[in-house]
Amino acid sequence: MTLFEAYPLLLVALVKTGILLFLALTAVAYLSWFERKVVGHIQSRLGPYRVGPHGLLQPLADGLKFLFKEGVEPQGADRLVYYLAPFLALSLALSGLAVIPFGPAEIEIFGVRTTLAVAEVELGLLFLFAITALGVYGVALAGWASNSKYALMGGLRSSAQMISYEISLTLSVIGVVLLAGSFNLREIVAAQQGYWFGAVPRWFLLPQLVGFLCYFTSAIAETNRAPFDLPEAETELVAGFHTEYSSFQFAMFFMAEYTAMVIASCLATLLFLGGWESPLPTTGAFAWTVYLPTVVLGGGGALLLVDALRHHRGFARGVLALLGALLGGAAWAVAQPMILPLVQGPFWFLTKVFLLLFVYVWVRGTLPRFRYDKLMAFGWKVLLPVATLNALVTALVVLLRESGGLAGVLR
Amino acid sequence: MTEGHLQTYVPLLIHMLVAMGLAGALLLASRWVGPRRPSRAKLQAYECGIPPLGDAREPFAVKFYLVAIAFILFDAETMFLFPWAYAFRDLGWFGFGAIGIFILFLAAGDIYLWKKGVFDWNR
Amino acid sequence: MVEQFTFYFFAALAVISAVLVVTVRNAVYSAVFLITTLLATAGIFLQLRAEFLFVVQIILYVGGIMVLFVFVVMLVDLDVALRQVQFNRQKWVALLVVLAVAGQLVFALALGSEALGLPAAAPESLEPNTESVGLRLFESYMLPFEIASILLLVAMIGAVLLGKRQKPPRSEA
Repeated sequence: MTLFEAYPLLLVALVKTGILLFLALTAVAYLSWFERKVVGHIQSRLGPYRVGPHGLLQPLADGLKFLFKEGVEPQGADRLVYYLAPFLALSLALSGLAVIPFGPAEIEIFGVRTTLAVAEVELGLLFLFAITALGVYGVALAGWASNSKYALMGGLRSSAQMISYEISLTLSVIGVVLLAGSFNLREIVAAQQGYWFGAVPRWFLLPQLVGFLCYFTSAIAETNRAPFDLPEAETELVAGFHTEYSSFQFAMFFMAEYTAMVIASCLATLLFLGGWESPLPTTGAFAWTVYLPTVVLGGGGALLLVDALRHHRGFARGVLALLGALLGGAAWAVAQPMILPLVQGPFWFLTKVFLLLFVYVWVRGTLPRFRYDKLMAFGWKVLLPVATLNALVTALVVLLRESGGLAGVLR
Repeated sequence: MTEGHLQTYVPLLIHMLVAMGLAGALLLASRWVGPRRPSRAKLQAYECGIPPLGDAREPFAVKFYLVAIAFILFDAETMFLFPWAYAFRDLGWFGFGAIGIFILFLAAGDIYLWKKGVFDWNR
Repeated sequence: MVEQFTFYFFAALAVISAVLVVTVRNAVYSAVFLITTLLATAGIFLQLRAEFLFVVQIILYVGGIMVLFVFVVMLVDLDVALRQVQFNRQKWVALLVVLAVAGQLVFALALGSEALGLPAAAPESLEPNTESVGLRLFESYMLPFEIASILLLVAMIGAVLLGKRQKPPRSEA
């Protein structure tokens, strides 16, 4: 295959990458708004509400503010590594998105049929772990380059934390690999198709409940989020590894952290929650569920319109009305028979990812921060043995079932 | 290079290049747009308002090295578990026994580290 | 064409950064260049369709062993390191020896590459090979695999003995 023949492939890849990165960065920006709103309400506050209606333009304002602030290079900092660290953190986090499949459908761009993932990697799961393993360098190098004690201590602490929980993170998914027999994310989802007793979806959540809990706990620690946000333990370490970072360099660490959250939630959805499989059967009495995307988008649009007309005026009313109209248009679009089958997968996938992200925020708003020694002890003394045992027990059960129970073994 | 190989990794490579380009562009943009008014006090490392004392890069608690070594060893363990998990239906009970012995040895190591207090941060 | 280009790209990257590892004076830079070398090697694995090896190279070497290196190197006092005298006064002798060995290798390869019986690379025939790695590991190389676990155990004990020999200083981190 020559480069010329590969040309449409390049173009399609560029288009898909562009769309994915645009959506991801928008999602990451609004995730910060969502988090502040939810944590605000958990703490009986309103959260951001001044920039635009319901503070909806806050991420935009934050982004611009980061951009126009002075980037201070601290004295004695290693210039090259100081800028390398946020660059590494963000570009690695964004790279991980490439291997995530968003749905089973195929679309056509420039006459090339292509899937809903930038790259179909056979070892997609392992590729994501490789990206995660590299993530520790952004933190460690940032801590070193700043030439500040807090930054160095924070960098060391969070890298020690990240490597400790990486072990249980990888061990906790071995059970899933054993059940699905593949590292390919599509095949893992395919292994979760169907229903038990005709109603309970055959997701790996049930047989791998222990694995899921281990995975999600490790993922929270791996992404340095509360209650494991020790590197940002402001009472003891100021701001950890990014103490000396300002302006957009600082924002890049934040974007990397939120992107890592999104990727961890996507992976949890693919591995344990059946990916893009609907939780309801789409036949018989439940055939109407294919219109759920329309209902959700249309309902959201209607709510926004009502809110705009009843509680807002001027600019805010315009913004809300525009958003409502956009959602309404989207609702109409996804009901079209041509698009309807395309959006089923992404709709369920993104709904589950959104739920997991909500859990992330909920946990942050609810639990107090761990003490560092307890954190390390928990990772090595609880999660590691439990994840290993989970893998062994899963293998044992699968082998017993395949050889026809204990009698089959003894025969 | 086979066609499938190219189909898989060219998009991946493009995605990574675009991601790196984006990160680099954001860095450059903020340097270009943002003001630049350094002063002595502003450039000092933050130590809660007190003038910084001594060098930041000093030898540290040995704990971090021990944890890093334990990490490498268990990382190697997981890397051995992956091919087993992939081929485990073909390997059957034999593979299960092999991995059982393997994990038994590592569990012994884990218990040793545990008893020696490597995982107890304040001991 | 693409294949050769990617190979030479990764090979050049690996060699150049390997040279930089030993010539750069700042230890953290050395570590960063070593990481680049290992990543470039991983790229060559990927190009040879050894996808599993590619992942292992990144997770284990770059994400594991190099983290320990970086931990050690991060805490080196830079000023002291820069003031230390380098012990490479015999670099010309070393260069001579390296050239001699390289010449010998090239000579031997040119003469006897037939005798080595190197199998011709046939990338088209290589299927996704993670499964065969697993099967081979547990069927043909069972004993080395179990010995690896004993090695890991020994390494753990060694690390604890070295690390906890004297009471660690009470610098809480």
